[in-house]
Amino acid sequence: MTITVMKLDLKGLSCPLPIVKTAKAMRDLRPGELVEVLATDPGSVPDFTAWARSTGNELVERTEEGGVYRFVLRKKG
Amino acid sequence: MGEIENAVEVEPRAAASDDEDDRLVIFAWSGDLDRVWPTLILATTGAAMGMRTTVFFTFWGLFPLVRNDVRITGENWMQKMMSVLNRGGTEHLKLSKMNFGGAGSAMMKELAREQKVASPSELLEMARDMGVRLIPCQMTMDLLGLGREDLVEGLEEPAGATTALLEAKGATTLFI
Repeated sequence: MTITVMKLDLKGLSCPLPIVKTAKAMRDLRPGELVEVLATDPGSVPDFTAWARSTGNELVERTEEGGVYRFVLRKKG
Repeated sequence: MGEIENAVEVEPRAAASDDEDDRLVIFAWSGDLDRVWPTLILATTGAAMGMRTTVFFTFWGLFPLVRNDVRITGENWMQKMMSVLNRGGTEHLKLSKMNFGGAGSAMMKELAREQKVASPSELLEMARDMGVRLIPCQMTMDLLGLGREDLVEGLEEPAGATTALLEAKGATTLFI
């Protein structure tokens, strides 16, 4: 199985859209596939961490550059 | 004496979530903008978290489910009067305080647009998309003279308090 990366640009969106849109988009992924999310909502930092923990999707990377938060998530397999 | 033959076994509905215990049930009682908003935010987030999410719309809470293009609802003059004084639809919600004849609500919606906060209309659409079960209260529909044709598409069958309470049993419940 090839691992594909889906990119979601959710910059500018406020709670709960970054999480809701990510959850919806990840339905189309197969287990193990990765998604890269860009967001600017500071609340998305604790939210993505908690969301990953509760849903079983893995938060692989979490970085910040110039006010843009980047999350890489692996779909639960 | 005959035997009771009509006892009906009710099959539990198939769970949308893997975990049957992970459920969120919101009783949406209010039709105020500042309550409908968090109701829909929590419902869409619950669905995003994989919770089997249900919103039971009752009393004033039913008005936001009226189609935005429907103006007057009801069968008799009292029900019609109610709809005139309290227009339904997610586009016509008012703040519970600082409404100032609609100016406050308009200002709040403008602020939300600037901050890219999803509107109640968008959130309702998203809730349906995410598989949130939206149940209108049958009794309120009768009371207000609302028919299915007055309400938005994509709702569950109207139901009563028993359905709502059974759904709420063992779930995280909120009354908003």
